[in-house]
Amino acid sequence: MHASVLATNGSFSWNPVVDWQELTAQAFMRNALLAGTVAAILCGAVGYFVVLRGLTFAADALTHIGFAGGSGAVLLGLSPVYGLLGFTTLAALGIGALQRQLRGRDVVTGMILVEALGLGVLFLRLSSGYSNQTYALLFGDILALGSGDLLVLAGAAVVALAATAAIYRPLLFASLDDEVAEARGVPVRGLAIGFVLIVAVAVAAATQVIGALLAVALIVAPASSAQRLTRRSGTGIAVSVALALAVTWAGIALAFWLPYPVSFFVVSLAAVVWGVVRALTARHRVRASLREAHAAGVAA
Amino acid sequence: MTHVLAVSVSTGVPFSWNPLDDLQELFRFAFMRNAFAAGTAAAIACGVVGYFVVLRSLSFAAHALTQIGFAGATGALVAGVNPVYGLLLVNGAGAAVIGAVGRRERGRDVVVGVVQSAGLGLGLLFLALYRAQAAVPVLVGDVLGISSTQVLVTVAAGAAIVVMVGVGFRPLLYASLDEEVAEARGVRVGAMSMLFLLVLALTASVTAPILGVLLTFALLVGPAATASLLAARPGRTVGLAVALSLVDVWVGLALSYWVDVPPSVFVTGLAFAGYLCARLWRSGVLRRGHGSTGRGAGT
Repeated sequence: MHASVLATNGSFSWNPVVDWQELTAQAFMRNALLAGTVAAILCGAVGYFVVLRGLTFAADALTHIGFAGGSGAVLLGLSPVYGLLGFTTLAALGIGALQRQLRGRDVVTGMILVEALGLGVLFLRLSSGYSNQTYALLFGDILALGSGDLLVLAGAAVVALAATAAIYRPLLFASLDDEVAEARGVPVRGLAIGFVLIVAVAVAAATQVIGALLAVALIVAPASSAQRLTRRSGTGIAVSVALALAVTWAGIALAFWLPYPVSFFVVSLAAVVWGVVRALTARHRVRASLREAHAAGVAA
Repeated sequence: MTHVLAVSVSTGVPFSWNPLDDLQELFRFAFMRNAFAAGTAAAIACGVVGYFVVLRSLSFAAHALTQIGFAGATGALVAGVNPVYGLLLVNGAGAAVIGAVGRRERGRDVVVGVVQSAGLGLGLLFLALYRAQAAVPVLVGDVLGISSTQVLVTVAAGAAIVVMVGVGFRPLLYASLDEEVAEARGVRVGAMSMLFLLVLALTASVTAPILGVLLTFALLVGPAATASLLAARPGRTVGLAVALSLVDVWVGLALSYWVDVPPSVFVTGLAFAGYLCARLWRSGVLRRGHGSTGRGAGT
């Protein structure tokens, strides 16, 4: 059985201090919580722009390309994290450069995605598989994450977050109104490429936590919920990060006490939160109100 | 468990250069005859439905509807019923949610993304309830496991899909090419869109047991995308898509008989190679003496 399902860890008490001590007593749990925190912050922040720019399918394609990279690394006997990061950043350069041409042509994204998936399956077959690694790549195995991988992940996340902060204002402008931003001299194309590179890091981080097949949930669901809850971008990103953190921590904690995988809890919680927010804000016109708020902010 | 993905066929009989012997060898066992029969029906359905997937820019929805089948198939394992029923249930529900919630173009991709992840997450839960090893045939397909009942179900569903799309071909084509004009002419665009998503879910459900939930999408989109690049008229494009899809599945199944790799890997590789060749052809790289020319309705 894979490590992401924990059978017995003492029982849940209603004393939060005792529970917290138990949750963080072992090194692998501390690693998992740290990795989850890093990935949630990154995915929450980056996801906000992924949703705004309509890049969900591209992000999903990147997760599948990451799977091919990860399984390629397994075939070569390396840690999957290098293959993940390497493949996603390379693919991001391609997607970023072709983004304008790709708009409205989801077939191209789809074909690249499915070929990456096919390659990933082939690599795993050729390495005649180490089943835990297959499983970890597809569905995540955060409880088995080593300290070395955690360091790589944290380093990449810090760089990606710093880059997002550096291009925040022009990126927001370009995401809300591409044409006006371009007319005002914002380097729209360069921003697009730079941003997809950041998404590549977020995808790699999310894959480490909940696996390639589920990663898109952590990037998209909290961000989409946040955009429905507030029209101010700064607050929205903060809400998105908070939601991503909440579902990740709750998912890890639930899996600690219940015999089901972390990824299942994280994804289901993210989807349920999203569904509830969506039902409560059914009449909300997200994009128009974000644009209005942005225009008002710029004018003032 | 050493061979994680060892669900390919390879009986150990070597490939000979005598095509007649090879054909005989290929159809020697009942499981291969079953795989070819079900694969043929699925390929025809995928070619026909895929044409509209490409035309309506539904690649992401098609991708999600094939992958959430994971929850259906693993759920059926837990419940102890034929996977195809689980697939039908979950894919149908997914199609209904995507169709009902994601009505507008913008923002639809988020709905599709969340539905897809939630479905896969649910599959993961079922897997934990059952046993992890069961994931492999569900994910990459299981040619060995196609029963005679499954062949019947696939052929019947394939025929139903072709008939449904055939009956609704003209209005569906109108609605796909120009929604507003179609609506003005009295086509019920919303109902059409929902119905098509359900047909798509049915197609995904019968193809997934053969190719697996991960790679079914290749057959649904690859041949149709290639055909759309090479032909302009709808009738011809559908015909070409079906032909490419059939060749893809047949060659993929035959290759996996002799090489120990799941057929879905070959099917995916062939679909991608065909698409790449068609793109290069279109852009003039493979044609000597011609410049870059665009012809017909491209994608």
